[in-house]
Amino acid sequence: MTGTTDLIKLTAAETAAKIASGEVTAVQVTEAHLARIAAVDEKVHAFLHVDREGALAQARAVDDKRARGEKLGPLAGVPLALKDIFTTKGVPTTVGSKLLEGWIPPYDATLTQRLKAADVIILGKTNMDEFAMGSSTENSAYGPTGNPWDLTRIPGGSGGGSSAALASYQAVLAIGTDTGGSIRQPAAVTGTVGVKPTYGGVSRYGMVAFSSSLDQGGPCARTVLDAALLHEAIAGYDPLDSTSIDAPVPSVVEAARNGNVAGLRVGVVKEFGGEGYQAGVMQRFNESVELLREIGAEIVEISCPSFDLALAAYYLIAPSECSSNLARFDAMRYGLRVGDDGTRSAEDVTALSREAGFGDEVKRRIMLGTYALSSGYYDAYYGSAQKVRTLITRDFEKAFESVDVLISPTTPTTAFPIGERADDPMAMYLADLCTIPSNLAGNAAMSLPCGLAPEDGLPVGLQIIAPAMADDRLYRVGAAVEAAFIARWGHRLLEEAPSL
Amino acid sequence: MPGITREEVAHLARLSRLELKDEELDHFAGQLDVIIGAVARVADVATEDVPPTSHPLPLTNVMRSDEVHPSLTPQEALSGAPAQEQQRFKVPQILGEE
Repeated sequence: MTGTTDLIKLTAAETAAKIASGEVTAVQVTEAHLARIAAVDEKVHAFLHVDREGALAQARAVDDKRARGEKLGPLAGVPLALKDIFTTKGVPTTVGSKLLEGWIPPYDATLTQRLKAADVIILGKTNMDEFAMGSSTENSAYGPTGNPWDLTRIPGGSGGGSSAALASYQAVLAIGTDTGGSIRQPAAVTGTVGVKPTYGGVSRYGMVAFSSSLDQGGPCARTVLDAALLHEAIAGYDPLDSTSIDAPVPSVVEAARNGNVAGLRVGVVKEFGGEGYQAGVMQRFNESVELLREIGAEIVEISCPSFDLALAAYYLIAPSECSSNLARFDAMRYGLRVGDDGTRSAEDVTALSREAGFGDEVKRRIMLGTYALSSGYYDAYYGSAQKVRTLITRDFEKAFESVDVLISPTTPTTAFPIGERADDPMAMYLADLCTIPSNLAGNAAMSLPCGLAPEDGLPVGLQIIAPAMADDRLYRVGAAVEAAFIARWGHRLLEEAPSL
Repeated sequence: MPGITREEVAHLARLSRLELKDEELDHFAGQLDVIIGAVARVADVATEDVPPTSHPLPLTNVMRSDEVHPSLTPQEALSGAPAQEQQRFKVPQILGEE
């Protein structure tokens, strides 16, 4: 019989294998994680809601299935933390906002349905920046989440609850969403793995919209193979999402099982580095480049000159789409309603409710987007940003003519202290400098751990970028890099995290 | 490009249906001014010959066949309503009294 501590440290692949073989039950695995949550989440604050009864019921169903001799799927019985942006029937969904406090969705997102169909155990809903707007999870209306490596620092954002849950062994798998880096940046600063699939690769039906031409849900895990297993479980065409790609899902699990970079052409993005980049981040990144060379990759320097404007274009496009998307929160059909005393008009009640329900960053972005879309400013701001988007896409197209994947640091710095950038929006936005171009172009990208920065002992992320619908390349390269680092370190990076 | 004034923020807030407090107007005016100043440089490279990209996928309208599918019951659809009456969403007055 495996002990409780051992159960929470297993990978998803190991957990599912032990459940399938009967060595442990899904209920035991789930109880071990619920106990871990009870023991540490007061300190970490990864979860907004823990669905204890729902999780145990799902686990019992998996054990019953096995008892009946039914074949179990590759993730059956594996506990997962779900970002609180996906609707869950009968379980609260807040999107980190006071505006949706207490809202119980009457339906499951397609992604939620697929997790349930795969017999994944949904432990609960994780903390996030309100409406996924932020890079630190400090914009949550329910208080910040601590980084398990140092609880006084941010766990990244917007998916900081999901990354922190993984890094503190409260869940084996997690789900995030990535509009400008909200899966990859939290993964980088917590020493975990996060993947933004190709835009349209994973259904967004039931995922609360922030910026519809950029938003993409995806897998978070502690290993590359686990991320691939989750990716395969959630990806694929969904007729309920009109932006869903109707094509076969790339063979990501096979790629993760066959990590290899021999003969692969890897492009180093020249523009990502220099001023504003922490020395220890660049040191670990440069070592990763050398490691890739040692294990057989051909390294090519690539210039993507338009990436310099990606952040500016993003902070026009995302707020513009957000100002339109969030118009649906009008206090009429669901969510917070204040000031409805019988004398006020619907319009006044809407304005009072939005004022009371939205936090500062959401208000900033709604107004910024309203400004950028205003007549007289539209061409100069939103129109110009759309043209920059074309230039960035062209830079990627040109790069992928000569290389198979691109690499860069995931973030310019390691996790910064909670509070440090909270009142300086531009400083906060810089956290997504390297991740934003992939959202603008709609391609696929991964972050995985590449060491600790010597000056602060905090995790550094390596970003790998592949062309759209070539998500499998991320896993082939990621698995090879992960294996080479583990061989060098003698363990996974997360083993070095404090035990809480 | 001129800076964002307090009056402009008040106008944006009205358009955005946000009943901002006075102190918020000053706070946001300063911040929005900094952000817009930083992102305005997109106009420098946006020349006539570059077409805009609105979306990463070459999408046209996606239609489905006109068939009845299971959907939410009225009770489910109304389950999150701040107020309801006679199986409908109840909203504050939309038009004036006269």
